[in-house]
Amino acid sequence: MSVKVQADDFDLAAELAAMRAGNHNIGAVASFVGLVRDMADLGDGGRDQVTAMTLEHYPGMTEKMLARIDAEAQARWPLEASLIIHRHGRLQAGEQIVLVACASPHRTAALEACHFLIDWLKTEAPFWKLEQTPDGDGHWVAARDSDTAATEKWR
Amino acid sequence: MKILYFAWLRNKVGCAEEELTPPADVATVADLVAWLATQSSGHADALADMQVVRCAVDQEYVGLEHVIGAAREVAFFPPVTGGD
Repeated sequence: MSVKVQADDFDLAAELAAMRAGNHNIGAVASFVGLVRDMADLGDGGRDQVTAMTLEHYPGMTEKMLARIDAEAQARWPLEASLIIHRHGRLQAGEQIVLVACASPHRTAALEACHFLIDWLKTEAPFWKLEQTPDGDGHWVAARDSDTAATEKWR
Repeated sequence: MKILYFAWLRNKVGCAEEELTPPADVATVADLVAWLATQSSGHADALADMQVVRCAVDQEYVGLEHVIGAAREVAFFPPVTGGD
């Protein structure tokens, strides 16, 4: 029920505490945090070191798509609360990129909705990653068929 | 209308957005792509393979057959790669 697109980092504990504050009907909170890895898959089976990445997005459409994905989760599962935070801009290896959290009376809905949100977000929200490697220019990360397959299983 | 380019499409075209008035016979996204490709070698390069380009009209995903109509904003970008 809350979507934030921001350059700033987030505090997982503070965000989860705020999400469930005052609602004692919540018996389960599931969360997922995505991080910048220091190794990139090059697509040809090779790997390269990543020093930083820049996340570009489509302001306006991003918030609209995230709100729509969030509403879809609300429609499918009995959620008491949900939260999506996605960062943009330049991020260093090890930094947090994305937080998805769902709260429900029971664990199954919270866990499933959280899994659904991160899978859908990856193929529907307009973000693009530019990975910086030590040799210079950086390269745009290609979409993966495995991500599309992960989304398809929820349809 | 406003045309937006993201990620490597922006690099190839050489700008993030431009205000253009396509000719009257440009009806669909496919028509627009064909017309844009005549604007510069950068445009042609960016839009050469529409298998790796997605399009949004007024911030909604659409296919090449979509009729643009009175759209204010058309965006071209690669398949998305957010998340972890």
